[in-house]
Amino acid sequence: MCNVCGCGQDAMAIGTHPNEHVPHQHDHEQHPEACEEHGHHHGTEPQQGRERDAGHHDYGATPARAHAPGLSQARMVRIERDILSKNQALATENRRYFAARGIFALNLLSSPGAGKTTLLVRTIAALGGQFPMAVIEGDQQTTEDADRIRQAGVAALQINTGKGCHLDAHMAGRAARSLGLQRQSLLFIENVGNLVCPASFDLGEAHKVVILSVTEGDNKPLKYPDMFQVAEVLLLNKVDLLPYVDFNVEHASAAARRLNPGIEILPVSTTRGDGMEQWIAWLFQRRADFLHRLSAKTAIGR
Amino acid sequence: MHELSLCESLLEIIEEQARVHHYRRVRTVWLEVGRFAGVECDALRFSFEIVVCESLANGAKLEIIDIPGCGWCFDCGAEVLLEDCFEICPRCGGTVQITSGKEFRLKELEVE
Ligand SMILES: Nc1nc2c(ncn2[C@@H]2O[C@H](COP(=O)(O)OP(=O)(O)O)[C@@H](O)[C@H]2O)c(=O)[nH]1
Ligand SMILES: [Mg+2]
Ligand SMILES: [Zn+2]
Ligand SMILES: [Zn+2]
Ligand SMILES: [Zn+2]
Repeated sequence: MCNVCGCGQDAMAIGTHPNEHVPHQHDHEQHPEACEEHGHHHGTEPQQGRERDAGHHDYGATPARAHAPGLSQARMVRIERDILSKNQALATENRRYFAARGIFALNLLSSPGAGKTTLLVRTIAALGGQFPMAVIEGDQQTTEDADRIRQAGVAALQINTGKGCHLDAHMAGRAARSLGLQRQSLLFIENVGNLVCPASFDLGEAHKVVILSVTEGDNKPLKYPDMFQVAEVLLLNKVDLLPYVDFNVEHASAAARRLNPGIEILPVSTTRGDGMEQWIAWLFQRRADFLHRLSAKTAIGR
Repeated sequence: MHELSLCESLLEIIEEQARVHHYRRVRTVWLEVGRFAGVECDALRFSFEIVVCESLANGAKLEIIDIPGCGWCFDCGAEVLLEDCFEICPRCGGTVQITSGKEFRLKELEVE
């Protein structure tokens, strides 16, 4: 069962988890009883290289005790698994799902209140239904953001993460599948407002978009480097407030480029409309590139 | 808190591996934590204790193996040790590609 959302009963969702059981295939599956029997062989032998001479078996370095009756056997098991490997496998599965349908997905990251929802509402209006769109809204508690998107005329699904401080690939994958996305959709995923861990959780998106508002201070990139390293584009939002705040656009841009030399930086105001043409142009360009890469791939596959 | 959900993922792996390696109890957990993994070790220890308390890893010792930050300079090819993940090359001022320090990995378990 899934610890994140407790969806263990959902057979369909389980079926879409890739690799959930693949890494477990291991000889011991075939002979569990035998393995119980010789369990101590894995860990209680003297460590290799410690047996310097035949008369010296050093058990001291291993935690296991000898076969003292009634005492349990401790042994060492090598695991070597990235903690985020499960999320990565699910993200890869989502990416495949999106690719098969030509769905261009963007993952929006920022601190709370930087302007993600406002940007989406404005973007939806600017695109005016040129292609199918949908939004996944991540928030710890409220459903306000999804309501704002629906009012703008686009399907939205709200994920409440509760105490969870980020969306993960499992949540995003389930949400995407239940939205019944049309082919060639544009899918926006508004992540939980948090500049730290959403950067480490791949959702299967084509690109990450980071939004920094000028009310947050121009040293944010250096304080939260991960977010700026993983993003393709940085939107510097609320530039309408620049006359009133102490924010140096050059400093912020230089810091972001130091972390990520290839990052594109677009100053915008999602309320007043500054920079929206550049943002929409970026969207069109990247979506076209994405669809082009897909068709090139299928052509090779044929 | 982020470390809490990371510990939940860690426990999931420990429980899965229990079926593979046939153990019923975990005594010690060795975790590799890179300098730039974005993981706070005190918060990690605190969360670990809470998350595992009703599991097969109840009371297990958490051993954290620190992995230093290392990088490779695009410009002069130097291998450099990094304090911060946005450092420039100390030899030539070039851009450094991080080669280690982002690890967050379950390495080994002591089980019974
Ligand atoms: N002055 C100004 N306010 C903005 C701008 N964009 C968003 N806001 C305001 O910032 C607040 C938070 O915006 P919201 O889109 O909900 O942020 P989110 O938490 O990132 O989704 C709202 O009150 C917005 O009206 C902007 O460009 N300029
Ligand atoms: Mg919002
Ligand atoms: Zn689940
Ligand atoms: Zn988190
Ligand atoms: Zn150099």
